Amino acid sequence: MTKHNGSKPEVQERIGVYVCHCGTNIAGTVDVAQVAQWAASRLKERGVVIARDYKFMCSSLGQELIEKDIKEQKLTRVVVAACSPHLHERTFRTACARAGLNPFLCEMVSIREQVSWVHTNKEAATIKAQAAVSGGVERVIHHEPLEPMTVPINPATLVVGGGIAGIQAALEIADAGYHVYMVEREPSIGGHMAQFDKTFPTLDCAACILTPKMVDVGGHPNVTLLTWSEVEKVEGYVGSFNVTIRNKARHVKTDLCTGCGICQEKCPKKVVDEVYEAGLGYRKAIYTPFPQAVPKFPVMDVDNCIYFEKGTCKACEKFCPTNAIDFTQQDEVINIEVGNIILATGYDIFDARRVSHYGYGRLANVFTSLEMERLTNAAGPTNGQIVLRDGKTTPKAVGIIHCVGSRDRNFNNHCSVICCMQSLKFAHMVHERTGAIVYNFYIDMRTPFKDYDEFYQRVLEEGTLFVRGKVAEVTDAARLPGEEGKLIVQVEDTLAGKQRRIPVDMVILSVGLEPRKDSSETAKLFGISCSANGWFIEKHPKLDPVATMTEGIYIAGCAQGPKDIPASVSQGAAAAARVLGKIQQKEMALEPIRASVIEEKCSGCRICNDLCPFNAISFHEDTMVSEVNAALCQGCGTCVAACPAGAIYGTGFNNEQVLAQIEGLLLLNIGEEAVPA
Amino acid sequence: MTDNAKPKFAMYWAASCGGCEIAVLNIHEKILDVDANFEVVFWPVAMDAKYKDVEAMEDGSILLTLFNGGIRNDENEHIARLLRRKSQLLVAFGSCACEGCIPGLANLSPAGEIVHTAFNTVSTDNPHGIYPRASFDVPEGEITIPKIFPTLRTLDQVVDVDYYMPGCPPESHQIGAVIDLVVKVLHGEAQLPPKGSVIGAGNSTVCDECTRKRNVKSITSFKRIYDVEIDPELCLLEQGIPCNGPATRSGCNARCVSAGAQCIGCYGPAEGVVDYGARLIAAFASVIDSTDPEEIEAILDGIPDPAGQFYRFNLAGSLLKAGKPAWEKG
Repeated sequence: MTKHNGSKPEVQERIGVYVCHCGTNIAGTVDVAQVAQWAASRLKERGVVIARDYKFMCSSLGQELIEKDIKEQKLTRVVVAACSPHLHERTFRTACARAGLNPFLCEMVSIREQVSWVHTNKEAATIKAQAAVSGGVERVIHHEPLEPMTVPINPATLVVGGGIAGIQAALEIADAGYHVYMVEREPSIGGHMAQFDKTFPTLDCAACILTPKMVDVGGHPNVTLLTWSEVEKVEGYVGSFNVTIRNKARHVKTDLCTGCGICQEKCPKKVVDEVYEAGLGYRKAIYTPFPQAVPKFPVMDVDNCIYFEKGTCKACEKFCPTNAIDFTQQDEVINIEVGNIILATGYDIFDARRVSHYGYGRLANVFTSLEMERLTNAAGPTNGQIVLRDGKTTPKAVGIIHCVGSRDRNFNNHCSVICCMQSLKFAHMVHERTGAIVYNFYIDMRTPFKDYDEFYQRVLEEGTLFVRGKVAEVTDAARLPGEEGKLIVQVEDTLAGKQRRIPVDMVILSVGLEPRKDSSETAKLFGISCSANGWFIEKHPKLDPVATMTEGIYIAGCAQGPKDIPASVSQGAAAAARVLGKIQQKEMALEPIRASVIEEKCSGCRICNDLCPFNAISFHEDTMVSEVNAALCQGCGTCVAACPAGAIYGTGFNNEQVLAQIEGLLLLNIGEEAVPA
Repeated sequence: MTDNAKPKFAMYWAASCGGCEIAVLNIHEKILDVDANFEVVFWPVAMDAKYKDVEAMEDGSILLTLFNGGIRNDENEHIARLLRRKSQLLVAFGSCACEGCIPGLANLSPAGEIVHTAFNTVSTDNPHGIYPRASFDVPEGEITIPKIFPTLRTLDQVVDVDYYMPGCPPESHQIGAVIDLVVKVLHGEAQLPPKGSVIGAGNSTVCDECTRKRNVKSITSFKRIYDVEIDPELCLLEQGIPCNGPATRSGCNARCVSAGAQCIGCYGPAEGVVDYGARLIAAFASVIDSTDPEEIEAILDGIPDPAGQFYRFNLAGSLLKAGKPAWEKG
């Protein structure tokens, strides 16, 4: 019952068509002058009053050309056939606005990405460009003048994740004079960096450079620090997010606790510390993860506390000098209002047990890189002694395996970025502290940043042996003399072109970085997207690496992809700069391309309700209709496509516009018969 | 029925099943209003009349023609053009005329194949393999049968249509209401809706008339109605029954869903829905609760006949209009 044949109503619009050469980018493959002439003659009846070609439409001269025509020719619509709208839509919209034309009455036709760059036959490409222009002309007739909506920006910011990226972001914003809420799910901020011993390539102590920043965050008048807390719900939109946070019960009254540590000392229950000490050391049932923890308040591990298990003990309570212990404390739910959010939720370490042929968890002296960090740390379980699992034997030969769980189609295709340098760092430390022979088993050596390759050269000169090849197996099954009691690394030495069996005392698995296990839930909670493997997706991989497709939500650090400390810090600062820019604007204009529900047509079938990636759709039980929140909507069109009743209207992409464009592309608008009836 | 003062009424069946005619008769005593207000000049199923009688009428002399059936052969097209010329108001009556309906599903196959299937399958008693021929010479001269077209077209793909009345068949209460309206218009008590309107139906979807409870949807498997025990209160789609109600025009009082069977979409696309099947496919796909391609594939296997599910009534009237074999080999 849809009718697309028959005569079309007469076009009232005055349309200008501008065809860009883009140097030879377009003009090399498309006869741009011909396209302009064709549009001027064949599309005259469709409202085209002028069509020009120009070397660079995006140049100021090109833009002035359009502006002049709008005024002199009284254009009511503009079509620019050039590059992708991703690049220059804003340029030409702004030019139209300067000439007094509503910017949304301008349509861009991509004849570069979609025509010249993908074709070689000039004649065919020119015909295709003409069709694309015809589609654009037909579409722009149906455009409506749109006005952007402005929303005020709440100057407070939420930073999720208290690792180095989050810390940097929080300090930048707080130092600029704006309030920051920092949410961290562990008892202390610091993240993975707090577990490290030395940092490559300078070998300065991780704690020495990190803890001053942690202290800054903890004491900053502009920072509200919420550790042992998790975000539960995010509502609202850029400029005014309402965030619900669960502050888990510490069972310690933070207003009374002085952080003296007596409770930890007196607690009789020892628990293997799987998080901070990577399973190599113990903590108590009431604990701070490490001495420099920020905040200083301990948390009670109720799963291991004797009182919660058996109903007696309360040693901590008895000895606490300030009566700060509270066994009845409950979780607290807090609501905050913020204008922008930075997600710096970090990464998980690849579980080395998954590579079963490397023997981790089965062969005692196979260690992970994180365990190695703790072993080499002066404040770690061995006070910095590099020893075997027995706690006393110094290894005489150590094998370090790179790319464990990375660059491996069985686990992760990605390069974890930091493992080469981390492995070189361990090689250096083992060499320095034990004098052992060190073998590094690598696939490719990747040392691309400042002073990294110099560090590699240094380790080479120290006498570390490098074997290029993927390790097949780590085993304790001796076959040859000299292998008894050792771990044997079976590897193909690709440079020597032969299989080798290398006996060592200790193997270190340089495990890769993986997205947080719950990263897809986190992405959903904040209405951003994450890739199939779980890294958060940035707005543009090159030009907008810390923004996301959701206005007001930024990402920093390893949550976006594996990176080292300098890169994480840079991203934290970059995200803060973006947020500060938003705060300075005080209010912002939202793109008016968005969806709205036509109430009379909505039957409340609720198909759209759970689809919105920005949580902009709500359902009214009383009227049985769904509603799209205009400020939350980012105009992605998901609901528009999904609505079976055609009851959701997508501004800028409505049926009329899209169908008209198709007719134009098929040249049905100028009477060419596309398909036989 | 020879009162010349009364406005003239016609009804015709092209490629259709006859259900629309029965639906008109099913309006019970209201049929008397038709007789009281109109002179029935042409209605092959109900009275004897010849095409040449219609051809002899003055152009525009029939006030109202209800045309059911799609345009499958040259006879259908001839009568459609004839009745268009002779009628002031031509109504595409029923799903076939509006959007192609079940006969339109034949647009997935070349015409030759359809004939072959009809005359040469195990269920056909045709031992001598006799096929119909377009023309045949007999001693009295050449006799012909109508020529089949490559595809079935909807009425408005052939002639200009004034109003559309959807349904397979249109519900009797809706037919009654339209007759009441036309009678009122005749007596100057009401106005006709704008040309091109859909009459005898609602403006939203079957969901609007459905009383089942509905929640946010997430589908883990599609089920056939005989495989499961249906919750009588809950939205069928949420129970995994592929119900077409969300995209289907209202007007039937949600009869099927009230009886516990899914809507199959006979009232056609809701107002503003351009391609009914595409809309439904997008909608169903949107609520499949999985991100694993293999699992999604398995869930979709629960719809064994997508063309029949999504385009049962609308194929000829859809944006695609037909399957590729029908274009190429028709």
